[in-house]
Amino acid sequence: MNVPLYERIWMWAAGGIVVSFISMVFVGALGSALRPPSHVETVDPKQVFTDARFATRGVTVSPTGATVIAVGMMFAFDPREIRVPAGRPVTFRITSPDVTHGFEIVGTNANTMVIPGYVSQFTTTFARPGEYLIVCNEYCGLGHHQMYAKLIVEEAAP
Amino acid sequence: MTRANRLPYAHLWVAILAFGTAAAMALMQALSRASLDLPYRSAKMYYLSVTAHGVLMALVFTTFFIMGFGYVVIQGALRQEVKGAGVAWAGFWTALVGAGLAVWAILSGKATVLYTFYPPLKAHPAFYIGLTLVVVGSWLWCVVMIANYLAWKRAHRGDAVPLAMHGMLATVIVWLIATMGVAAEMLFLLIPWSLGLTQTIDPVLARMLFWFFGHPLVYFWLLPAYVVWYTILPKVAGGRLFSDPLARLVFVLFIILSTPVGFHHQAMDPGVPAAWKLLHTFLTLWILYPSFVTAFTVTASLEVAGRMKGATGLLDWLRKLPWGEPLFAAVALSMLLFAVGGFGGAINASFGMNALVHNTAWIQGHFHLTVGTASALTFMGLAYHLVPRLAGRELELGLLAKVQPYLWFLGMLLFSISNHATGLMGMPRRVFEAEYGGAAAAQAWSGMTGLSAIGGMVLFTSAAFFLLVMIGTALAGKRCETAPLEWAEPLHPVGRAGLLDRFGLWTVVAIVLVAIAYAVPLWTHVRMARFGSPGFSPF
Repeated sequence: MNVPLYERIWMWAAGGIVVSFISMVFVGALGSALRPPSHVETVDPKQVFTDARFATRGVTVSPTGATVIAVGMMFAFDPREIRVPAGRPVTFRITSPDVTHGFEIVGTNANTMVIPGYVSQFTTTFARPGEYLIVCNEYCGLGHHQMYAKLIVEEAAP
Repeated sequence: MTRANRLPYAHLWVAILAFGTAAAMALMQALSRASLDLPYRSAKMYYLSVTAHGVLMALVFTTFFIMGFGYVVIQGALRQEVKGAGVAWAGFWTALVGAGLAVWAILSGKATVLYTFYPPLKAHPAFYIGLTLVVVGSWLWCVVMIANYLAWKRAHRGDAVPLAMHGMLATVIVWLIATMGVAAEMLFLLIPWSLGLTQTIDPVLARMLFWFFGHPLVYFWLLPAYVVWYTILPKVAGGRLFSDPLARLVFVLFIILSTPVGFHHQAMDPGVPAAWKLLHTFLTLWILYPSFVTAFTVTASLEVAGRMKGATGLLDWLRKLPWGEPLFAAVALSMLLFAVGGFGGAINASFGMNALVHNTAWIQGHFHLTVGTASALTFMGLAYHLVPRLAGRELELGLLAKVQPYLWFLGMLLFSISNHATGLMGMPRRVFEAEYGGAAAAQAWSGMTGLSAIGGMVLFTSAAFFLLVMIGTALAGKRCETAPLEWAEPLHPVGRAGLLDRFGLWTVVAIVLVAIAYAVPLWTHVRMARFGSPGFSPF
């Protein structure tokens, strides 16, 4: 194929841009562990509240971090208020007993789908203490916009 | 109107009316977002109108417009009568009945599940059956397109198929592969479940099948627009196509790369292993490549046009272009916004980075630049060319047609910039209101949502201009002998059919790549111990 010089340069440059994008994703994924929540674990959506993993919702704090067990349902999160320590890894485990929801902590990159039948799990560290808004970001019915919760990141005890 | 013109004309009119209805729904959302105290403003109406807007724009307007344009390409570029017109009409009526069923279900409040219809949200069976019929109708269109290509090929042994048909065949192949996913979702999961034949459904499996379809769907919208950019725009600009073989290369790359990428829409999903998401991310980023090539080739074609009109100097050719010509303005502006949308798309697809924008207002800001402008504005520009020609009438209200693309551009800038910004600030998409009990984070969004609403109103004005021109032309345009649609000549003569015209071969390559990307994750998924969900209809 006879490609004019300028376009050939452009095509090599475009290939270079794509390769650089791919490299950035790769470096992010391997170097900084910048990975999307991709936990694979199933749970019976009809038994969420009796399943041992979700029977008690809330926060368990340990010296090394914290675990949050939460449920997203039409149209609220349980618990409605979550308190976690700053500067320590916090693991969230969330599921849904009804339709698909989203779990997004506004102002952070904590964001996951909450799908019935599956357990969403991710670990993150909150550097800044303060009050954060948690919203459902996947349409779940007429009360979708009323589905939110509060995250309070507290200064960790020294 | 000649008998032959009725087929594409009927398709274009279904598309135009679907567009008009969907635009009215969008105005309602824009006003709702501005929190105006309107009598009909309610969460129920809002989510219903989001569903209707999505289904009518993304599935009905685009599909019918593309089908109609396909027949125009057979008649105009292959220069033959549409063979199998009976099948084509059967496709039209099947898709129309299907669209009617789905719209009935939506407007009667029985299918407020948005255009992505993620289970276990459960709609009335008519919604799923109707949308399936739209797809079946489009398959009949595919059959007619392929049959006409084969008939042409028999009569022109060894010739390269005209570029416009090359692009439409790529569209057909992408569509046939893509719709396998949604057909499987509809036939094996959603329809039996909505009819009560099965009790539960696996939402992640449904999402995998939906996005198997949902991302190549965007190339089904985009490729016919590229056909316009490559084969009609240079002619309207008064120039030549800069490179015919590179255009063919672009269409072939889309055949190969369009489908094995769906997991980038599920980056935030549980139940999908990260390694497969990463593979789909890499493949997705390569799809940028053919669009980069397109940007050069089409822009170079416009420069050729300007220079053929006597432009000298570095950028003088830009001033020589026909900015007052509706098709030219529509396409040139849609290309500009698509460049921005393309980079946004690279961000969305970038694996972990997706967490910052997933399901935020950024996403609607993004796809209103791509499908909402690159495709929709190009189609509107094309309609200014096709509707008068098919109807045998002059374009009526020409001034509105001249202004309309610029209004769309302005409205889209306001709408899109504000939604990208609020998205980065964490505002979720598709919410009736974003108050969240007066949370501080939510209050920070309010100024920008007002800007978005103003953008929406400008866009509606533009859409109304378009509809007025279309209706005016069809009903009151002066009857005349219209010139046939003209196609751009390439700068260098097209050779014989070569490697890039071997559609069978590229289809096989595409299917192999799809198998690599999907066979193992789908197989592992269905073999895993899973629990089904019953349906819910909270609307």
